[in-house]
Amino acid sequence: MTDLSCNVLVIGAGPGGYVAAIRAGQLGLETIIVEQKAHGGTCLNIGCIPSKALIHAAQEFFAVREASGGHSKLGIRTSDVRIDLAKTVAWKDGIVRQLTGGVSGLLKKAGVRSVQGRARIVDGKTVAVETADGVVRISCRNLVIATGSRPVEVPSLPFGGNILSSTEALSLTAVPETLAVVGGGYIGLEIGTAYAKLGAKVSIFEAKPHILPQYDEELSRPVVARLKALGVAVHVNAMVEGYDSDQSMLRVRTGSEVTESAAEKVLVTVGRQPALEDLGLDQLRLDMEGRFIRTDTRGQTSMRGVYAIGDVTGEPMLAHRAMAQGEIVADAMVGHGGGWDKRAIPAVCFTDPELVVAGLLPDQARDTGRDVGVATYPLQANGRALTLERPDGFVRIVFDKPSGLVLGLQAVGAGCSELAGEFALALEMCATLTDIAATIHAHPTLGETVQEAALMGLGKALHA
Amino acid sequence: MAIRTIRLPDVGEGVTEAEVAEILVKPGDLVREDDPIAAVMTDKATVEITSAYSGKVVWIGGEVGKTLAIGSDLIRIEDDTAAGAEEEPKAVPVAEPATVAQSVTPVEPAKQTTPSPISAVDSGTRTAVSSPQPMPPNAAIPPRAEGAPVLASPAVRQRARDGGIDLRQVSGSGPAGRITHADLDSLFQQAGQGGGAATSSLQPQPETVETVKVAGLRRMIARRMSEANASIPHITVVEEVDVTEIEALRVKLNETRGDRPKLTLLPLIAAALVKAKQSNPKIFARYDDEADEVQYSSAVHIGIATMTDGGLMVPVLRHAEALDLFGMATEIGRLSEACRKNKAKREELSGSTITITSLGPLGAIATTPIINKPEVAILGINRMAVRPSWNGTAFVPRTMMNISASFDHRVIDGWDAAVFVQKMKVLLETPAMIFMKD
Ligand SMILES: Cc1cc2nc3c(=O)[nH]c(=O)nc-3n(C[C@H](O)[C@H](O)[C@H](O)COP(=O)(O)OP(=O)(O)OC[C@H]3O[C@@H](n4cnc5c(N)ncnc54)[C@H](O)[C@@H]3O)c2cc1C
Repeated sequence: MTDLSCNVLVIGAGPGGYVAAIRAGQLGLETIIVEQKAHGGTCLNIGCIPSKALIHAAQEFFAVREASGGHSKLGIRTSDVRIDLAKTVAWKDGIVRQLTGGVSGLLKKAGVRSVQGRARIVDGKTVAVETADGVVRISCRNLVIATGSRPVEVPSLPFGGNILSSTEALSLTAVPETLAVVGGGYIGLEIGTAYAKLGAKVSIFEAKPHILPQYDEELSRPVVARLKALGVAVHVNAMVEGYDSDQSMLRVRTGSEVTESAAEKVLVTVGRQPALEDLGLDQLRLDMEGRFIRTDTRGQTSMRGVYAIGDVTGEPMLAHRAMAQGEIVADAMVGHGGGWDKRAIPAVCFTDPELVVAGLLPDQARDTGRDVGVATYPLQANGRALTLERPDGFVRIVFDKPSGLVLGLQAVGAGCSELAGEFALALEMCATLTDIAATIHAHPTLGETVQEAALMGLGKALHA
Repeated sequence: MAIRTIRLPDVGEGVTEAEVAEILVKPGDLVREDDPIAAVMTDKATVEITSAYSGKVVWIGGEVGKTLAIGSDLIRIEDDTAAGAEEEPKAVPVAEPATVAQSVTPVEPAKQTTPSPISAVDSGTRTAVSSPQPMPPNAAIPPRAEGAPVLASPAVRQRARDGGIDLRQVSGSGPAGRITHADLDSLFQQAGQGGGAATSSLQPQPETVETVKVAGLRRMIARRMSEANASIPHITVVEEVDVTEIEALRVKLNETRGDRPKLTLLPLIAAALVKAKQSNPKIFARYDDEADEVQYSSAVHIGIATMTDGGLMVPVLRHAEALDLFGMATEIGRLSEACRKNKAKREELSGSTITITSLGPLGAIATTPIINKPEVAILGINRMAVRPSWNGTAFVPRTMMNISASFDHRVIDGWDAAVFVQKMKVLLETPAMIFMKD
């Protein structure tokens, strides 16, 4: 048995863990990071990056196929379009390798030592890691739990065979003829839309009355319209009861009616849960918040010297939140910084069209008791959207009427994910409508719609 | 010439901020490396900060009574080294063991650090639509409503944090009440100058209100007391004790003490506590409520609540179990002297497992002592008085004294509290039992 000791020990090398480790290393703390799989975590290996790669490939294929069918308004003509999905996946894996290799390099550059293996907490200052060469015991002054999350299973649809989690769905080597997506959240919709564009017959089953249930229907409406246009069947208020693998049939109950739906593969995306089992967490008896670890604004748990970041600490489970937390705990360990004081965590759904939200939705803003204004500007009136053949969607600003303070920004539209930065910046800077309206936005870009929406909110719209 | 910044170093104990107890330099002063420049106060003691550079003081970032975040800029020094040297903030290592700086008290009333809400000319609602009125910086900022969100850009938030400013107390002159860099500028300026308020001569008898900032040790005490009182459910047991015997013993011992220090009742009570620990170990503990752990030490470290000019301090009589009566008296004398002179070291002010508090002759008939967190019990000594006592056949004069003991009811049950108090009563009434080997 080998013994190691360090100041900071990070368990999990996802975006939360690796950022914490890099920053701790840069701050001169002796740091070790333990990862059982590959550097980069869910995000780089089986989450954000692979899904966006697949979405891009699907979109390219779809555009060419549309052209081949003589549907191109642009006058592009082509014939005999096919996709070699195995090659697509190999290309995706190349990107993942490049990025995970990059993370390993950054860790090394920051002086962080990497240990490959599965970590188990012995006590608040000691962790045992099962490595290929036996168990390594590591003692530390500060422990950072960043073990991320894993998909939630539906009891009647256990993963395996034709029942896929997002991980398997991102590595299929052939496009299934029929694909049922159970769960209409962003992960299911992203992957489902990609497969629809790749030629699969996709059906989506959502238990709630509408897809993307955490957003309002106005926002999700353009996405629903596009899914219909792509031939995706969207079933809401639908409970999946079981799967017959011999017949490749999915049994679904809607109200009192039970129907069967053909599904060569079933993708289950009903949510994610913190990966805390078999971690030895019972040794610490940390205060929890539901299924998640409770932390204060500096990422500290109920036990001194034990921090937690990323998906294990709750919603929203997003890579950029994990990264921001990673930086905060590293600073906290050296007594720098003031803890979490962010005003906004933007969230993007890479559906078609894309959806981006930051800050408060209109109803959430009204719930604060403020006098709320909402300004909506359609992409239809935007030159750039028209040249991209995608006039569907809109930009919306939620603001405090008396002061003009921007409380929230949302957009739905092809390519709108790139507005996330502007939205977050506006909220972080406490921008008012005047600030946004007075900022020159380049023409022709989708971003002009943000300026126009602000002008509308001020009652001074130019192009509406 | 280069401007060097000295930042508030991490003073240990895991604190994120510390209160400025003393500034030992003023702008224009020449300092040498390692010269003391300021003292800050943590939970336990005052820590001296020394200069990491030699040169002329050009800027001071704190004032007495102000709480600064660890890492904030404390003092800037213009040093005479090669021109063009880059400004490089430096957190100086804290001298260990830290000693209490001289003259922490009396604490001067601190100057006001937040802008006072001078006549709010712009009291109407401003909307972002209306053309912005040019505002004299900071002159007419309406006070920020209690609980209203703090609006400030990340850069402003960072600067405030570094400067130890709580933005919740700051009103913003920007659009929608946003706090701007200019607001901070004038705040820092004000803090540097202090504000002289003009008094009106029109009012014949203006009411004068003296506002004294609760600062320094007093603020520390205030914070710790309310924290202890709020987080610990106290149960207080008061019992009457006949101290005639132990008083007689004390007088006798003093008669034959030679050149040893004069005994007060305190060492005798401490000795009784040492004895009581054998049968009541649960009472002598420290409760780490962050970790949900109770720590029982084999040693008896007794906190002795001591009045000083600046307020209450609690030096610790360590390893009371290893001292005899005169040894304890000597150590108690030394500790209270150190406290009175502000010379107590940090480790002399921490680590107790139970505390004795006494108001001496002022001590009333009963008190409700507040537990010295993280301990779980405190023993209050009340006033001694000769009272008639019924011995079965007649009233006889006896020297009586009440003890008031408070316990942390989260971990000490009423039963255990009562058993402990009874044990103390028996020991104090029959002092021979204190010195008996079981
Ligand atoms: C399909 C999909 C798409 C997504 N798309 C997006 C997106 O577009 N944008 C976005 O922001 N977020 C997206 N997410 C979410 C994002 O991936 C997570 O929020 C993010 O990865 C969380 O980071 P983390 O550091 O908390 O944990 P993770 O990235 O999950 O990393 C945790 C790491 O810890 C390791 N680990 C766990 N237990 C142990 C142990 N005992 N010993 C050693 N190592 C251990 C794991 O192997 C893993 O590598 C997506 C997720 C999925 C599944």
